[in-house]
Amino acid sequence: MPYDPRMVQPMREEMTRMGVRELQTVPDVDAAMSDTQGTTLVFINSVCGCAAGTARPGLSLALKHATRPRNILTVFAGQDVDATARARQFFSDYAPSSPSVALLRDGEVVHFVHRHMIEGRSPQQIAADLTAAFDQHCTPSAV
Amino acid sequence: MSPAHSHDHGDHVHETGPHGTGHVFHPGHADLHGITVVVELQAGGLYVGRYHEETPSGLLLHDAAQWTPGSAVATPAEFVARMLKFGVRADHRHVVVPGADVRQVSRLVEWSGGK
Repeated sequence: MPYDPRMVQPMREEMTRMGVRELQTVPDVDAAMSDTQGTTLVFINSVCGCAAGTARPGLSLALKHATRPRNILTVFAGQDVDATARARQFFSDYAPSSPSVALLRDGEVVHFVHRHMIEGRSPQQIAADLTAAFDQHCTPSAV
Repeated sequence: MSPAHSHDHGDHVHETGPHGTGHVFHPGHADLHGITVVVELQAGGLYVGRYHEETPSGLLLHDAAQWTPGSAVATPAEFVARMLKFGVRADHRHVVVPGADVRQVSRLVEWSGGK
């Protein structure tokens, strides 16, 4: 059962403020993920303050990096349940957790940040992990 | 059971300090609260799951995977390596591990193979 939408709205807005496109429905996900060319980041948002409270700022920092994915998307786990389930089908080898981050290149997962890689880490540490992946996978020569 | 205990929820929303943007629901949990841990058992098996709290009945984990000696995955190290790479594929939504059965509790990312 999702939380009160009013409670999670600031967590949604934190994502959209940093320029991330939020996908709330299965058709939203299908439309966005049908563009498999280049790099796509999918952030699985969560209400969990233990991890999402640092993951969102970590992503925000990472997105200031010069190199970044072409498409930057988010679904909200536990809130937009169907959209999240659909998004996870694009990286179904990985166990579901939230928050988590999938980086895909040409439709294939090239980097995955599980919740356990976020817990207890600072936004700066999370951003460093993400930007290293961006540098490795999102440069023109890598795509 | 409240959905707050699944991967996708969390009644453990709390202030995350100067770096975070968490929201206070119920602060005051143990240091490992919300952290994915490896719980090694005296009998030789282990669980990997999200630590919630220690209760009089034992240690409460959410979304826990279980390894038992003799299972398809030959060793605890292989099992944990799989969790690290592909995430924790939960066998138990919630499990309470009796305190007397616990040999050691470690953060998943710091697990040293039971040494």
